[in-house]
Amino acid sequence: MNFWTVMIDRFPYFMSLLLKGAVMTVTVAAGALVLALVIGLLIALLRMSRSRLLSGFAYVYTEFLRGTPALAQLFVIYFGLPDVGIELKPVQAAIIGLGINGSAYLSEIYRAGIQAIHRGQFEAAFSLGMTPIGSMRDIVLPQAIRMMLPPITNFSITLLKDTALVSVVAVPEIMFYARNLVTETFQSMHVYLLAAAIYLAMTIPMSRLVAYLERTRRAWQ
Amino acid sequence: MTAQLPGAAGQRPLLRIVDLYKRFGALEVLTGIDLDVARGEKVSILGPSGSGKTTLLRCINYLEKPSAGRIYIDDVLIGEKLVNGRTVHLSDRELAKERREIGFVFQRFNLFPHLTALENVTIAPRKVLGQSTEEANERGRRMLEKVGLGHKLAEYPERLSGGQQQRVAIARVLAMQPKLMLFDEATSALDPELIGEVLKVMRELAEEGHTMVVVTHEVQFAGEVSDRIIFMDHGRIVEQGPPAQILGNARETRTRAFLKKLADR
Repeated sequence: MNFWTVMIDRFPYFMSLLLKGAVMTVTVAAGALVLALVIGLLIALLRMSRSRLLSGFAYVYTEFLRGTPALAQLFVIYFGLPDVGIELKPVQAAIIGLGINGSAYLSEIYRAGIQAIHRGQFEAAFSLGMTPIGSMRDIVLPQAIRMMLPPITNFSITLLKDTALVSVVAVPEIMFYARNLVTETFQSMHVYLLAAAIYLAMTIPMSRLVAYLERTRRAWQ
Repeated sequence: MTAQLPGAAGQRPLLRIVDLYKRFGALEVLTGIDLDVARGEKVSILGPSGSGKTTLLRCINYLEKPSAGRIYIDDVLIGEKLVNGRTVHLSDRELAKERREIGFVFQRFNLFPHLTALENVTIAPRKVLGQSTEEANERGRRMLEKVGLGHKLAEYPERLSGGQQQRVAIARVLAMQPKLMLFDEATSALDPELIGEVLKVMRELAEEGHTMVVVTHEVQFAGEVSDRIIFMDHGRIVEQGPPAQILGNARETRTRAFLKKLADR
């Protein structure tokens, strides 16, 4: 049997399982993104705080997470934490692991975005009687977010692909199903190409979104 | 150094600066400034660049923290307070509250680019003074009409000329009803043909009796509008007095040399 006959023959079966995995992939990616957005902002604010202790903590946090493999971090959370009495389900461990890992990258995106806003914006807000927190919330962040949207979307693309990692802690996402299918059918080429195609189908629209956001950002500045 | 204050003798000045110093590292930018400004008084500060005029203005609302000295507005110490006989810096919240009273117009306008002209004017009254949107909009509209921009309420700053942007910035300050307005070279970043419209607004404010401290290079404007002109050089007040005296008959050579240089421009 040649490549295409097999592909056409087994396509519905492969896809039924891989698409089930895709739903999980999106769930994990979305959960991790939300977590990374929230924690990342917190870390960025700590990093820029006047307190040496807080900004030092944020620095160490970011360096540690960016300087060690996400896989090692995931293993610590899933296999290591039970030793201290914290047992997480695979999906929980995956979302927390990727979320914390992503927060380190996002905090740098936030920081760059906030620092790109001219000092004069803070000064104008201060001179009108706004507190530093109010100035950040009402004046600087709304502007910074528009600067940060393209890199955040890029980050989301990376995150979506990185969810493939969590198949190793038995989260039933795309690569997990793909590996099971290969074990069952020995059709490595077909299954993995289809799995890759599903990722691509999700990331292409996101890349287009980045391009669009880049254009509107230039127009607005 | 004593300033000649107009108005009743013994009346407390609105702004009082006592022995103010500001250093940036080894650089001494302000070296012992004493200055009183009466309520309703218009004071212009002239001086070569690097003389410390802008830094003085920025110290008044604590955008720069003075290295030493005191600033009072209505007898309230700015940026610091006395606790058990010791001066300590105010918290962010306390400092923000003091700054409401002091309007600051920046050389480069510093409008908020993500907000319309009206939103630029209303955001502080809403967020800082807690005015309702209707109340703030109503007042904001009047302020923008006052500076001649009643027809530009919904425009974003990028769509406005420099002169229009600066007038929005002035309306933004007015909406907070400050006791004191500070102008930091408000026309220096403008094309020559746009300077007049901003000076016209500033002249109207002066006529309405606002207390203004104006750092400027517009000697003619300073002469017409000010009650008093101050000449600064090397972080000190070299000379001060009524416009006629300073512009027409300056005592100090440095003042005369500076004015001549401006006139020759």
